[in-house]
Amino acid sequence: MPQPILAQLTVTHVEPLGGIDAQAAFFLMRLTLPPWDGWKPGQFIMLRPAGGDAGRLWGRPFSICRADDANLCVFFQARGRATMAMAEFATGTILDAWGPLGNALAVEDDTPTLLLAGGVGIAPFVGYVHAHPRPENLIMEFGHRMPLPCYPFEGIRTKISANAHREKEAGDREGFLHLLDDRIRQFSAEGLVLACGPTPFLEAVQTFSLRYKARTQLCLETRMACGIGACLGCVVKAALPPKARPDRKMPEKYAPPGSAARAEYHHVQTCICGPNFWADTVSLR
Amino acid sequence: METLRVTLTGRDFFLNLKNPVLTASGTFGYGLEFMPYGDLQILGGIVVKGLSLVPREGNPMPRIAETPCGMLNSIGLQNCGVEAFLRDKLPLLPADALPVIANLYATSTGEFGELATVLAAERAIAALEVNISCPNVNEGGSFFGQDPRMAAAVTAAVKKNAGAKPVIVKLSPNVTDICEIARACEAGGADMLSCINTLSGMAVDLAGRRPLLAMITGGLSGPAIKPVALRCVWQVSRAVGIPVIGIGGAQCAEDVLEFILAGASAVQIGTANFSRPDAAFRIVRELPAVLEKYNVTSWDSFRGSLQTA
Ligand SMILES: Cc1cc2nc3c(=O)[nH]c(=O)nc-3n(C[C@H](O)[C@H](O)[C@H](O)COP(=O)(O)OP(=O)(O)OC[C@H]3O[C@@H](n4cnc5c(N)ncnc54)[C@H](O)[C@@H]3O)c2cc1C
Ligand SMILES: Cc1cc2nc3c(=O)[nH]c(=O)nc-3n(C[C@H](O)[C@H](O)[C@H](O)COP(=O)(O)O)c2cc1C
Ligand code: FES
Repeated sequence: MPQPILAQLTVTHVEPLGGIDAQAAFFLMRLTLPPWDGWKPGQFIMLRPAGGDAGRLWGRPFSICRADDANLCVFFQARGRATMAMAEFATGTILDAWGPLGNALAVEDDTPTLLLAGGVGIAPFVGYVHAHPRPENLIMEFGHRMPLPCYPFEGIRTKISANAHREKEAGDREGFLHLLDDRIRQFSAEGLVLACGPTPFLEAVQTFSLRYKARTQLCLETRMACGIGACLGCVVKAALPPKARPDRKMPEKYAPPGSAARAEYHHVQTCICGPNFWADTVSLR
Repeated sequence: METLRVTLTGRDFFLNLKNPVLTASGTFGYGLEFMPYGDLQILGGIVVKGLSLVPREGNPMPRIAETPCGMLNSIGLQNCGVEAFLRDKLPLLPADALPVIANLYATSTGEFGELATVLAAERAIAALEVNISCPNVNEGGSFFGQDPRMAAAVTAAVKKNAGAKPVIVKLSPNVTDICEIARACEAGGADMLSCINTLSGMAVDLAGRRPLLAMITGGLSGPAIKPVALRCVWQVSRAVGIPVIGIGGAQCAEDVLEFILAGASAVQIGTANFSRPDAAFRIVRELPAVLEKYNVTSWDSFRGSLQTA
């Protein structure tokens, strides 16, 4: 995996997607390219205004949407304090950025791969479909609430077979869940499933994946302070590969019920062990 | 100033640092996490995440929340356990050129003593920092750091088993009189004190009518607590005869100097490490220029030189 670096990046453009209808809640932000060794789709970057952020101490994690020779691109939804401020960034704003962070989404050139995206969860798939050596093996089902132009969907549709499903009223959700169920079942035998979106969406994907024994990766979003494994604020319960498990030979007398010495699932940092986890190794609750 | 070097002369043992900038426990992982962002060897030293005898899973999520100029955490001392730390992490640190300070977490004096024994045997550990902001299971879960008798007892238990390692006792600000606890720790044999740990606090989500942390309350850190930390360092450094290490909201080299002016011998950088992973390295690099700007020519003459009259 490429080594992360810390760099100061300049905002070159912040573009609202979808226009007035969507009250400009979705944005593509272009930044100068960090002088890094590269990145892999599914990895993320921490961003924070250089020199401080109005009393906010943490950077914010964003999937690396795309990067070309000159620009790094992030797709975000203005939904809270930091992202609302980001929507207002002028060209020339300097950000502290550290990344690329976390693991990558699985790429299996010859495996039929189903991409499931919910809302802003589409972000990592933009880079994924562009970097994939055999895009003809990719299919996307995209669930969204706001009008389609709010999302970087067109660019994906030009590369792979992609279908969008808008949730306008309560019943639409039911239909989308049925579709997920169906699709995951179809891909369970020989395929690969990758999913990114809000937690209820990931929970549904996980349920179907476990039901049909589909090989599925879930891209998790948790609140993060550091992004580099130091604060332990972003943990999820996951089953670790044996060599990464804490030592089990600890004296039992010190191991309270539920402690690492006894538990099978462990709290692991989403930022360094994820954000992409195999669906059968992670607990979302 | 010719050299940034500083010696913390404890009751029995001293700690020699190439500069007074340390990193605070729980905010710098095991040190390894920060290797991509700076040369660990330029730091005065690092204090690693609180270690317990056995691995701990910590508290349920969510366990961090951002607050104005601060943050709350209720991590619950998740750590890999002392054995895994010594086996898997410590050998990867450049301990010959970097004082690595272990932070001890336990819930009984006996367990604290055992931890100290394990760590004292380790050449690559420079000192032990005792986190007394934890519950004593043998005394109904009341906090070691809130009772002078228990604070002295736990200090003595660690000290007894710490061999030639300096013992630093880390004070909690969640007390009526921090000087009383400080004096008790000094009497218990502490070589040095560090203060402060986090301040108890909480934050709520008004729309959802829920606390932001699963544990409801947590520890406040960051610039929001710097005034409290400075006050504690000021009071404690005048109440005891052993060195005091300042902790709480330091974000830049000027903040480091403020703590030293108030009486600290060294300063730990905590939450600032989350805002930018090179924060501690940057502070060390900025120090010479800031010393010059404020005309500081020696640590000994500057320390505690706050003019109050
Ligand atoms: C690995 C990773 C990749 C991400 N990629 C993207 C991306 O490409 N585009 C994008 O728009 N967002 C992405 N996010 C989510 C993004 O980090 C949050 O939206 C952002 O931190 C919110 O900050 P804020 O200050 O605006 O919101 P706050 O004011 O902090 O919170 C506003 C609301 O958002 C919720 N929230 C805050 N942080 C998160 C979080 N990390 N995950 C889920 N909900 C959160 C809060 O609970 C609250 O309801 C990603 C998160 C992770 C962990
Ligand atoms: C996420 C987090 C974890 C912490 N873990 C520990 C710990 O394991 N042991 C300890 O003694 N202090 C711990 N602390 C307290 C810090 O070491 C420090 O005393 C406190 O954060 C105040 O300093 P700051 O404002 O510079 O962060 C932790 C603080 C934070 C924010
Ligand atoms: S965000 Fe700090 S450990 Fe993951």
